[in-house]
Amino acid sequence: MTAELVRGQNHPLPGTRLEIRVSAGTPVVAGATLGDEQGRVLGAERVAHPGSPTLPGLEVSRQAAADHRLAVDLEALGEGVHRVHVLLALPLGTAGPSRFAAVAAPFVAVTALDGTEIASFTLTGLDAESAVVALELYRRQGAWKIRAIGQGYAGGLADLLADQGLPEAGRLAATIQDAIALGASRSVAAPPPRTSDDARVRTPGPGAAVGPTPAGAEPPAAVPQQPVGDGGPINYAHPRRRTGTPPSPAPVAPPAAPGEPAPPVAGDAGGWSMDERLYNQVWGMFEDLARAVAAYRSAVDFADSRMEQELDRALSDPRGRMGSAGERAREEARVKREDLVGRAREALDRDLAQLTAESEVVEPALPPPYARWDNPVWHAYRVPMELPMALRIGDLTLPEQPELRIPMLVRLPLERGLWIDSGRGGSDEAAFMDPDRLKGLAVDTAVAVAARLLAVYPAHEFAVHVIDPAGSAAGRLAPLTRSGVLSAPPAAGAAGVSEVLARLTERVDLVQMAVRAGAGADALPPGMDTGEQLLIVNDFPHGFDDRALNQLRYLADEGPSVGVHLLMVADREDASEYGPVLQPLWRSLLRLTPVPDDHLADPWVGHAWTYEPPLAPPGSRVLEQVLGQVGEARATWPH
Amino acid sequence: MTVNLSKGQAISLEKQGGGTLTAVRMGLGWQAAPRRGLFGKRTQEIDLDASAVLFADKQPVDVVFFRHLVSDDGSVRHTGDNLVGGAGQGGDDESILVDLSRVPVHIDQIVFTVNSFTGQTFQEVQNAFCRLVDETNGQELARYTLDGGGQYTAQIMAKVHRAGAGWQMTAIGNAANGRTFQDLMPAILPHL
Repeated sequence: MTAELVRGQNHPLPGTRLEIRVSAGTPVVAGATLGDEQGRVLGAERVAHPGSPTLPGLEVSRQAAADHRLAVDLEALGEGVHRVHVLLALPLGTAGPSRFAAVAAPFVAVTALDGTEIASFTLTGLDAESAVVALELYRRQGAWKIRAIGQGYAGGLADLLADQGLPEAGRLAATIQDAIALGASRSVAAPPPRTSDDARVRTPGPGAAVGPTPAGAEPPAAVPQQPVGDGGPINYAHPRRRTGTPPSPAPVAPPAAPGEPAPPVAGDAGGWSMDERLYNQVWGMFEDLARAVAAYRSAVDFADSRMEQELDRALSDPRGRMGSAGERAREEARVKREDLVGRAREALDRDLAQLTAESEVVEPALPPPYARWDNPVWHAYRVPMELPMALRIGDLTLPEQPELRIPMLVRLPLERGLWIDSGRGGSDEAAFMDPDRLKGLAVDTAVAVAARLLAVYPAHEFAVHVIDPAGSAAGRLAPLTRSGVLSAPPAAGAAGVSEVLARLTERVDLVQMAVRAGAGADALPPGMDTGEQLLIVNDFPHGFDDRALNQLRYLADEGPSVGVHLLMVADREDASEYGPVLQPLWRSLLRLTPVPDDHLADPWVGHAWTYEPPLAPPGSRVLEQVLGQVGEARATWPH
Repeated sequence: MTVNLSKGQAISLEKQGGGTLTAVRMGLGWQAAPRRGLFGKRTQEIDLDASAVLFADKQPVDVVFFRHLVSDDGSVRHTGDNLVGGAGQGGDDESILVDLSRVPVHIDQIVFTVNSFTGQTFQEVQNAFCRLVDETNGQELARYTLDGGGQYTAQIMAKVHRAGAGWQMTAIGNAANGRTFQDLMPAILPHL
């Protein structure tokens, strides 16, 4: 029978191997602290949290999630451990709730390994708290017991950890929130759901399931958020359906030769327009590459661990330690490994060949928003009349086949801001680079991304503002400043910074008011342009005072839903003096790098993908030519 | 022709008329047993969950279940959770698709289990079956119907395993207890 505990009640535990299940209905962080007899936690190494999830006998999840399963082996905890506190905390700075009052009461259950529930506890009555000690497991006369605690902390994790006697509790709390943020900012937005008619060559038939979204990942990116206030305008258009474009017939793959996969065709995916089909096809290739490599890596891991075991066995057999028998056993183990790895590689090569062939037909067929700068389609570029579904903001590759580049597509309008990391701490390649050169490349990357955004929006639907407080990027910004695509020259100095921020903040307020009033664009002052706005900030936090900082954070929080987006070029180190105040800002942005860096995770398997920025090939004038056309269209087209 | 398997029986999986199978679907179905008594017609909803565990040399490598619908390598896909069970039409309640040509080389067995998430025992379930269908043409290859229910909350139904260059299916039909596949691991291991 399950004991339903109330706060303070305890219950004996029948065994030492347990599972603690948490369901909170909203993503929460689960952690555990190991305390001595007095309940003191002696150091950060005795805390299991997303940044450091494993301790002897205990493991927690790396991510915030609505459901957790913590495996606990009380015997493996070590002699000095007398108390285990299981804690829950809300991830800070996300769109989610910041106090437990705003979420359903979390439920925790302790179960034995066979799944039978031993005790459960519902954490009711929480209010402004953002962190809570849910349960205590403790030793009493040689046996372990459990106690329902439910002690919340309005001061969050920092207060909770400090209360457990942990030195430097504040710093550890920040580390934990950072680890969660890292998990969030390094995940590529979730994929579009696969429709059942999206018959990829390898999908085994209709009814293929929607891919899982890893716990703690973003909500599916496929549906743009519509700002809907009370009585506000509701858009009844199907978010994934384009109006005015009748579904053109999908290209038909020529029949396959017997025993061969069908030759790939561009646009061979479900969708209502070629734009959408190619978008879905690219996501299909992304997923297939992730999974093919997952199969290969899993086989290699297995082959390695099996060989290790067999070598150990050969070594531990006294008869075989010397002489030919032992040598033979070792040789056999190696041959077995090579054989399995060879077959795995064969399967991977087969998949890579097919994906490469697909990529070779898809890349040339991509329209400008999805195409690399070196694609000839840019020579025929015209300022578009309609916004595309998505924009390519770089390439993603895996080390198994670095030549196979998957376009990294983000939905338009942007759902989150971008952060080009000009710091050297991000990657090995950045660490050895001259800091000024790296900062320069970061501005180039920002210019390339901004140019791509400008190019794919209709002429008057996208405006770019630049803040360059010290004027340090003037040369690199030339493609933007010379082509006349900016509404004003880059703002410099403290006065320039505050003027631009004030204007955009006011804009966010006005649009929000209009949306709340249900009046839409009619309520906006006449003459105000209704397009999307992008603010490029270079050299942050140079030139920012506290007021400007607050305005920037306001824009980061409130901007995306009303069409005001951030593109920050910044080294996080430069802003370290502000401490944790800026964490929510970094967390809300998608981190990109000016040099190739493997920091982005796919939503299916979580491989680390190498991101490459969308820079124009050296010597190419394509970016300037495209911006020239955009500038011209802005100057000549009627508003 | 479909083969009705009995407990422990194995068959080779081949396409009718030769050729290798590429994609199969393991369909699992069940019905809630009618209750006896005054309101005998009132049957209870039963939430059974189908899972597939991928093994390499007796080590679990991946698992496909309602929280992880696709194996990391993409070869095994669960079509989704059914919370209430059979409408009694004998159709599949949950299906797991296996693309045999894409199963990673080190995976040599895939074990299919059904467990009762709501804790009801198989006494309250009737007509539980699993069947293997050639997904390319919809033909049923093998079917295994469980004998009457009992006081247990899970069933290790069958496994699909490598045999030579091809695959075999073996009916297991062993009772076990547990809410999820993790709980079933000790009961699965003897059948590998």
